[in-house]
Amino acid sequence: MAVVTLRNIIHSAIAMMICFGSLAGMYALLGAPIVAAAQVLIYLGAISVLILFAIMLTQAGDANLPTPFHRQVPIAIVVTLAIIGLVGWAVVQTDWGLAAEAVSANVDAIAIALFTDFALPFEIISLLILVAIIGAIYLARRPEEDERAN
Amino acid sequence: MGIEGYLIVSTLLFGIGVFGFMARRNAILMLISIELMFNAVNLSLVAFNAYLPPANNAGAVFALMIMAVAAAEVTVGLALVIAIIRTRQTSEVDQYSDLKE
Repeated sequence: MAVVTLRNIIHSAIAMMICFGSLAGMYALLGAPIVAAAQVLIYLGAISVLILFAIMLTQAGDANLPTPFHRQVPIAIVVTLAIIGLVGWAVVQTDWGLAAEAVSANVDAIAIALFTDFALPFEIISLLILVAIIGAIYLARRPEEDERAN
Repeated sequence: MGIEGYLIVSTLLFGIGVFGFMARRNAILMLISIELMFNAVNLSLVAFNAYLPPANNAGAVFALMIMAVAAAEVTVGLALVIAIIRTRQTSEVDQYSDLKE
């Protein structure tokens, strides 16, 4: 896909949003509507806006470089093809022997599982998000305000 | 198409993420590539959850948890990138070589 090859980073971000949207469609096809809804809310809503804001705040006209790539692009191509080849070969070779039809997971079962079997990871994740919010606020604070505060 | 189609799409998406992470010079685009890899893993989890249903829908629950962790990660990552860009005035990771000397 075009996300990693486009020169203009805003075009890359918009290609990423298209990719997330089509992934939400795939989740809906796979019978997981709650995951599709979360994909639309979190990725299309939150993360895309966050990335677009970051690009807007940081791109001060340095987008006209000769090339957007590193010198190590041949190594990257080799490693990428190796990963895709190995995993794709494993996927094709394995006889999955599963149901040919996707079984849809209903929302009730996911909610019950989330609050019974996975209650402890759920709480740990809420704590993690709290820590991430505090850390992001601390990192994004301007240093001048520190000096004024002292 | 069966599960193979979804798994191949997931593999390609992961490969694109790996390539973008290693080959691009922009710090924000490296974060975007990490998000692509997260999404590839999510897609394979949801595909396995649909075609090999576990007792308690563990695949879908794990996918939701990965999304939450990805949101936290991208928040902290973008805050770090913006802080670095504010002090260095560039978003190219090639030039973040102060610690080397």
